Amino acid sequence: MLRVERVYKRFGGVTAVRNCSLDVEAGSITGLIGPNGAGKTTLFNVIAGRYKPDSGRVFFKDEAIDGLSPHQIFQRRLYRTFQITREFSQMTVLENLMIMPAGQLGETIWNTWLRPGAVRSQENEIKQRALAVLDFVELADLQDTYAGSLSGGQKKLLEIARSLMAEPEMVLLDEPGAGVNPTLMKKLVDNIRRLRDERGITFLLIEHNMDLIMELCNPIIVMSEGTKLAQGPPEAIRGNEKVLEAYLGGQYR
Amino acid sequence: MELGGVIAYIVSLVIMASIYAVFCLGLNIQWGYTGLFNIGIAGFFCIGAYTSAMVTMPMPGGVLAKYVHQLFGLNLPFVFGLLGAALVCGLVALIIGVPTLRLNEDYLAIATLGIAETFRLIFNNERWLANGPQGLMGLPQPLHKLIGERHYDFVYLGIVLAVMLLIYLLIERGIRSPWGRVLRAIREDEISAAASGKNVFRFKMQSLVFGSMVMGVGGALYAHYTKAISPDVFTPLYGTFIIWVMLMAGGSGNNKGAILGAYAIWGIWIGSDFLMDMLPAVIRDKGPYLRFLVVGVLLEVILVYRPQGILGEEKKVSKLMDS
Repeated sequence: MLRVERVYKRFGGVTAVRNCSLDVEAGSITGLIGPNGAGKTTLFNVIAGRYKPDSGRVFFKDEAIDGLSPHQIFQRRLYRTFQITREFSQMTVLENLMIMPAGQLGETIWNTWLRPGAVRSQENEIKQRALAVLDFVELADLQDTYAGSLSGGQKKLLEIARSLMAEPEMVLLDEPGAGVNPTLMKKLVDNIRRLRDERGITFLLIEHNMDLIMELCNPIIVMSEGTKLAQGPPEAIRGNEKVLEAYLGGQYR
Repeated sequence: MELGGVIAYIVSLVIMASIYAVFCLGLNIQWGYTGLFNIGIAGFFCIGAYTSAMVTMPMPGGVLAKYVHQLFGLNLPFVFGLLGAALVCGLVALIIGVPTLRLNEDYLAIATLGIAETFRLIFNNERWLANGPQGLMGLPQPLHKLIGERHYDFVYLGIVLAVMLLIYLLIERGIRSPWGRVLRAIREDEISAAASGKNVFRFKMQSLVFGSMVMGVGGALYAHYTKAISPDVFTPLYGTFIIWVMLMAGGSGNNKGAILGAYAIWGIWIGSDFLMDMLPAVIRDKGPYLRFLVVGVLLEVILVYRPQGILGEEKKVSKLMDS
């Protein structure tokens, strides 16, 4: 589904991603873990088009996507969320969802003047879908509040809801569990699993919460110092000497 | 002043306030909805005014040709003046937007500020273009021959209000649709808007161009009202600063607020002119500076105590759907 090949990304003297190659299989929920500064988020930014790789390639569904802009990558049905949620805070929850579908008629200004009827009926459709998604993540009661005034956990749910509106084939989740209480965490895990099972969405997620990773993800990819250190099922990763070393700072031994 | 005079005065006040409302509507698209920091409104004001003047006036002939220079004179009806002003301003905005809109928002501010002054100085120094510092005089007014001078202002008021209303309706429809939703998303978080599949550059460009076209129409309305334009009219104070104050006061992100702000601030601005006459003679000659001060203080007060303006943005903006 997603293939990263020998990607390098440097910022000045720092090489954040170094010769990183990895594969994500379609229909999997793949975990991406590694100590802070391992280059996980940078790799996400490279995949999602925010940064261009200095060298190396990124393929999605066997099509090269490195060098495309974020909105073009979105159009190929690859969606990413952010570590710190980036909702449109002075817009309502409903509007935050309704903005997601690509190629809306009413995004072309003359259509709003010349074909208001067609725009209106498409808006109605999008609204119905948005309401259904809000029901799914149990945020329907909050549809008319500003997204900015949601709690941290609700914002995480909003991110999930927004990614559903995008109708993606694959989602990159950057720390979906950060700052989320255990109850909500369970809901999040259930939602992700349900989406994979019912809609066949592939997930690649960065996470520091080991319980969540071990419970949800298979396989798990470990990154350290900008490159892939190990890959395997949870049990194998748990017992992997190199991984422990990377986390506990083996370089000082 | 007798009654007729008072009415005439009020009419002229409302005409000017409505013209300013058009500028506010234009700025509201750019700043209020998209977060584009255009501080060169005066430039579009200037270009709109000159374009409409030259589209509607004939080339000077006879003896006049010796004294009045202008690049072109098309002698077309008023409507073409408005359209021409919008078109040229849109083009200028496009040219400014290409290098600046991909960068951080500060660059747009610097570019627009610089370009507004540049245009004013070009019109001032290049006589062949639009008669240099003397400017252009005797701009035609629509329906003027039919109505005559005496009650003409009433007719022009009607025209200005109609144009303002049309622009208001066009913007409202766009903003309350998915188009406006994308603009507002870009204002809130550009990176997230891009990650949500929106071509941020393209939407920012549309907003800049559309807003500038509206400003061009404002400039044209002004030119045909005063019938005479010269470069010294398009200063940053009257061309940019006061329009920002109006939008801030009325409520950026609300088109009704933009119009309301224009009327309120223009009323205060003109009202303060009367008050200056009542000042003791010692400080009366400092009157103009006191007025700037008053408007500056007013802006501060608004920003501190009511940052969203009189009206502020509505919560539910997308409305082109069944509730």
